[in-house]
Amino acid sequence: MRLNPKITEKIAFAFLFLSTLVIVVPVILITIELLKNGMSVMSWKFLTESPRMGMRAGGIFPAIVGTVYLIVLTILFALPVGILAAIYLSEYARDHWLSKIIDVAIVNLAGVPSVVYGLFGLGIFVTFLNFGTSIVAGALTLSIMSLPVIITSSREALGTIPESFRESSLALGATRWQTIRRIVIPNALPGIITGAILALSRAAGETAPILFTVAAFYLPHLPKTIFDQCMALPYHLYVLATQVPNVKAGVEYGTALVLVAMILILNLMAGAIRSHFRKKKQW
Amino acid sequence: MSETKLQIQNLSLYYGTHQVLKNICLDVLSHEILGIIGPASSGKTSLLRALNRLNDDVPKFRKEGEVLLEGENIYTDLPVWMVRKRIGMIFALPTPLPLSIYENVAYGPRVHGMNQKKILDKIVEETLQSAFLWDEVKDRLDHPAMRLSGGQQQRLCIARTLAVQPEVILYDEPCSGLDPISTAKVEEAMTMLKSRYTQILVTNNTKQAARVSDRTAFFLMGEMVEINKTEKIFTIPQDKRTEDYVSGRFG
Amino acid sequence: MEVKFSRPAHHRWIEFAVEKAIFGAGIISIIFVALIFLFLLKEGLVLFRHYPFTNFFFGIQWSPISEPPRLGIVPLILGSLAVTLGAVVMAVPLGVCAAIYIAEIAPGWLKDILKGTVEFLAAIPSIVLGFIGLVTLVPMVKNIFHIPTGLTAFSGSIMLAFMAMPTIVSMMEDSLRAVPRAYREGALALGATRWQTIYRVLIPAASSGILAAVMLGIGRVIGETMAVMMITGNSARLPTTLLEPVRTMTATIAAEMGEAVQGSTHYSSLFAIGIVLFIITFLINLTASAFIKRRK
Repeated sequence: MRLNPKITEKIAFAFLFLSTLVIVVPVILITIELLKNGMSVMSWKFLTESPRMGMRAGGIFPAIVGTVYLIVLTILFALPVGILAAIYLSEYARDHWLSKIIDVAIVNLAGVPSVVYGLFGLGIFVTFLNFGTSIVAGALTLSIMSLPVIITSSREALGTIPESFRESSLALGATRWQTIRRIVIPNALPGIITGAILALSRAAGETAPILFTVAAFYLPHLPKTIFDQCMALPYHLYVLATQVPNVKAGVEYGTALVLVAMILILNLMAGAIRSHFRKKKQW
Repeated sequence: MSETKLQIQNLSLYYGTHQVLKNICLDVLSHEILGIIGPASSGKTSLLRALNRLNDDVPKFRKEGEVLLEGENIYTDLPVWMVRKRIGMIFALPTPLPLSIYENVAYGPRVHGMNQKKILDKIVEETLQSAFLWDEVKDRLDHPAMRLSGGQQQRLCIARTLAVQPEVILYDEPCSGLDPISTAKVEEAMTMLKSRYTQILVTNNTKQAARVSDRTAFFLMGEMVEINKTEKIFTIPQDKRTEDYVSGRFG
Repeated sequence: MEVKFSRPAHHRWIEFAVEKAIFGAGIISIIFVALIFLFLLKEGLVLFRHYPFTNFFFGIQWSPISEPPRLGIVPLILGSLAVTLGAVVMAVPLGVCAAIYIAEIAPGWLKDILKGTVEFLAAIPSIVLGFIGLVTLVPMVKNIFHIPTGLTAFSGSIMLAFMAMPTIVSMMEDSLRAVPRAYREGALALGATRWQTIYRVLIPAASSGILAAVMLGIGRVIGETMAVMMITGNSARLPTTLLEPVRTMTATIAAEMGEAVQGSTHYSSLFAIGIVLFIITFLINLTASAFIKRRK
């Protein structure tokens, strides 16, 4: 029997809509769950106090501080190298054989499982360079993990700058670097920043790379130097959920909520920058 | 005759294995406007890009022969930025930088190390006047250049090129995107600039070459077929191909 | 007015230094890939000095702390495989359907909401999803199938399918958007319904993009660590059904690296697993980028 095409279409669309719901509804449920249970413990104290009673009570302040340290250091390490590498690829070596190798390298770096980055960080930073389990080892590991993402998005941003801008500038006698600094970078900056923030928000939530490079199970005090260990939100949540018996669900949800909120704020910042500059764009 | 500004000696250009310019020998005289006409892909634009050394970064580009600017080889004796400062270029489509009107003009002097505000102000005013744009924009120098009309943008590009005090100005079909009135203004500016600059005008519009240039060269398939006083090219061309082209039989 | 421009001499030095720095940064990114692989090799290959190659790859028992240690990774590979296959079977059809709905059918306002939701899902860290899965999904699976524990390959598959969704949906959407308008309009102009256009024109035209999306989805799933470790039960036995606890390669590394004594056989065996993972994801990514290139 052949169905009327109109009816087939209705059935097909309904089916596609259902598939979409299967994905979207759980996201909404998760969000509600997180908010409902997380808000129950949320308080100024929760955010600013150290954990107490074997982490079953108290706050998560050291973990927040640790995650912030990690993000900041990761920015410091990954951003300059990532942006410079993107500039090299998009402004200096477009059709160079080297840039093709780097291309392949970046694609593959982006796909390497985060736990493998963790192994690498352990092998090279913790052991070989003898940084020990420390903030600096963790941040370097996260930086290397973020590099491919930062390079790719920066390259895309640089690629949107019309070739005519570069040629006009060069034709006036500006050198390549002057052209890049005065024309290309200022116009590509919003895109570069957006991409970088997104890469960092990814890094902030990662657990596997910091598992053996930085994370401390529990530290009663804050780290003093970047060669100390620190607590971090994702790892803290892991510990609470799997290693500590009889934790009140609220504490776990609260930790998860703070982590998600931090990442969401980073994402919203990136989105705001993007739409702000899209409006201002002249070309 | 006046003295020679640019000597192009046996210049051949290649993109990969494709030869776009074949053994060109051409002297450009001081303070003349040299028109270069010819159908598409005759190598006109490639010649201009070679004079501004814009092909330097094009992969697989290769050149044979030499170009001398007042006796100095622009490929070996001068740094590239110096060549581009002394030989400025105006593109087919107006290409203002994403900066204000003022900063567009001041851009060139700035990259060449000029930071004094007073001098920059003066350069901006003088060059905008030379390009016949000053009166139209003097009250809104801080506006983005992108908001100007096409004709204004092209005159801004001329002013921007003048600001670095070039000796030679190359025009690559500067009016191809402009309406007749804007075209007339650009041509007027070119004529006024004759006293100070040597100018080379590549154009698809043979009438434009007839209007503004002193001498005209006809290019075809990468070869220079003929060069002569403009009125001679258009009245008694020596080569059959030139005659066919200027009389509109092809191209 | 004649003005003399003079480029300050330091311009040339700055230019020189900056270009070298830029070039260096480009090189560093290659070096890191090489370094990652070399380091894994260096630490991992040591294993085969004390431990036979075949026992590692074909051994069916993983018990690193028994005496002597048995380091066969077959159960781990099967664990990864079971979880990945399960996830792919669920994620691909769902993701493809959802992407089609979002890209082609949903009205503007709904499209924004749906895309925003999927992007939000992509932003949630895997540890959070793992935790939520642990407290909600795991008991659910346990009750539905009446099994002693909900920590199973199946639960892991569901969670991973969910986590792979943003990758699949957004890649798919890109591919659909890359199909020229003319195809769509041509089909509609011939009197095809929208569904016929999608089914007969868009999907075939976007097929290599769809394959790329699937490959990247698999890459995402196979490399996932924390959520799998929390949900799949972490038991390194040969799985017989999806409703049993398993342990993936990634989870093994994450769970045991903390206890492994540096330089021990156990330690190097974990790096050897890292090598296997690296090679697998390398191949998956190469395939995916080949599909993406073909799309263009």
